[in-house]
Amino acid sequence: MIEVKNVEKSFGESKVLKGISATFDAGKTNLIIGQSGSGKTVLLKSLLGIFTPDVGTISFDGRIYSELSADEKRALRTEIGMVFQGSALFDSMTVEENIGFPLKMFTTKSPEEIRERVNTVIDRVNLVNANHKKPSEISGGMQKRVAIARAIVNNPRYLFCDEPNSGLDPKTAIVIDNLIHEITVEYNITTVVNTHDMNSVMEIGDKIIFLKNGILAWEGSKKDIFKTDNEAIVDFVYSSNLFKKIRKAQNKEE
Amino acid sequence: MRGLIFKEIDDLVIDSLGIVAFISFFVGGVVSIQTALNLTNPLIPKYLIGFATRQSVILEFAPTFISIIMAGKMGSFITSSIGTMRVTEQIDALEVMGVNSLNYLVFPKIIALLLYPFVIGIAMFLGVLGGWMAGVYGGFTASNEFIQGIQTEFIPFHITYAFIKTVVFAMILATIPSFHGYYMKGGALEVGKASTVSFVWTSVVIILVNYILTQLLLTN
Ligand SMILES: Nc1ncnc2c1ncn2[C@@H]1O[C@H](COP(=O)(O)OP(=O)(O)O)[C@@H](O)[C@H]1O
Ligand SMILES: [Mg+2]
Repeated sequence: MIEVKNVEKSFGESKVLKGISATFDAGKTNLIIGQSGSGKTVLLKSLLGIFTPDVGTISFDGRIYSELSADEKRALRTEIGMVFQGSALFDSMTVEENIGFPLKMFTTKSPEEIRERVNTVIDRVNLVNANHKKPSEISGGMQKRVAIARAIVNNPRYLFCDEPNSGLDPKTAIVIDNLIHEITVEYNITTVVNTHDMNSVMEIGDKIIFLKNGILAWEGSKKDIFKTDNEAIVDFVYSSNLFKKIRKAQNKEE
Repeated sequence: MRGLIFKEIDDLVIDSLGIVAFISFFVGGVVSIQTALNLTNPLIPKYLIGFATRQSVILEFAPTFISIIMAGKMGSFITSSIGTMRVTEQIDALEVMGVNSLNYLVFPKIIALLLYPFVIGIAMFLGVLGGWMAGVYGGFTASNEFIQGIQTEFIPFHITYAFIKTVVFAMILATIPSFHGYYMKGGALEVGKASTVSFVWTSVVIILVNYILTQLLLTN
């Protein structure tokens, strides 16, 4: 479980996060939704320790990040997997080397053990025939699979994904969403996913927090999202005609 | 780490040898011809052609001007490759894994550029060789005169001075472009801009450091 308490973050004059508090549970896909520029990435990177919050605390199963020693922080980092928005695969390495990289850097595993583990996760994310290719030689969907494989190779307790289906076609996007959800449940990971894609919300939103201008404007589950009267979220979710129709249909049924 | 260092040696040092050899050889030749053309007074001995070529190639052309060219070649390669890693969040990915990214990216480059004096050594040799060939085959001087010039008033400290500069320039070439890439913000367009800015700064620093080192080491 990750607990965020009253986190604030500014860049120069502009306050991007204005006091966010939330909890993210293990074995669930927790979604952070909101418009572009609402602060999703900044919140996620604050959870990761890439940004240091100006105010507030973030704790990982009771371990308050800002109070950890450098060694403890390093140890915690090995429990974290991250899927970046553009996959952030290392261009100069093959798929296999990318996925094995965290193991090579941070474990005492032998090359054989690393290869075995890498192949296990490659199978898990359904990557075929890509082991020796460079990231530039595979499709966006495959790059995402590689990024997920790299994020889970060291058996993380926490998994973060920044817009995992940006740049993917709708079908691949749903496959990737479901892959993240399955892995979360299967390994009981605390997963936090940034998205502005309502399809993801409907597919995998166990818990959803909605950011608007750096404020947590709403939280709930994917079921709640149809019932709520919260103006901000209704405005966000039902900005597309498709979802307006769905909402109308739903309200008629009741 | 060893793999990374070998990769940097390949990308930075080995990859530069061709252009360095080409430039040195022909510029050495031009220096020799220019000197010959300016020696119109018959009282001035011909061996000065070899002497002047040696002095300009070893003292300035090889260490300083090849380094400026390398600020363009190696420097923009370093800035753009690290900058691309920054904008595509590869550096964030390293950090999240717990890798000290600055160390991981810059240290292998510094180690690889410990071989930079060999590059400059080759530039010195080929510059003088080019001067000799242009002088002799262009009919400006006899081979033995040129070689006499090369040996005239040879001050070993000049070699030390040239290589002290070279080592300092190598560190400038490894670090300034790295920092421009590492601390850049923005997207692909900014990567290009960062490479240009990095080239300008690296050259300016090399020229200024060259002036300061020359003042410190050669005058008293
Ligand atoms: N490193 C940074 N420096 C300054 N401003 C930033 C930085 N990162 C993000 N911001 C600003 O914070 C705001 C929220 O950005 P972000 O979290 O990336 O939004 P999104 O919800 O689309 O992920 C934006 O206005 C952005 O300009
Ligand atoms: Mg974002």
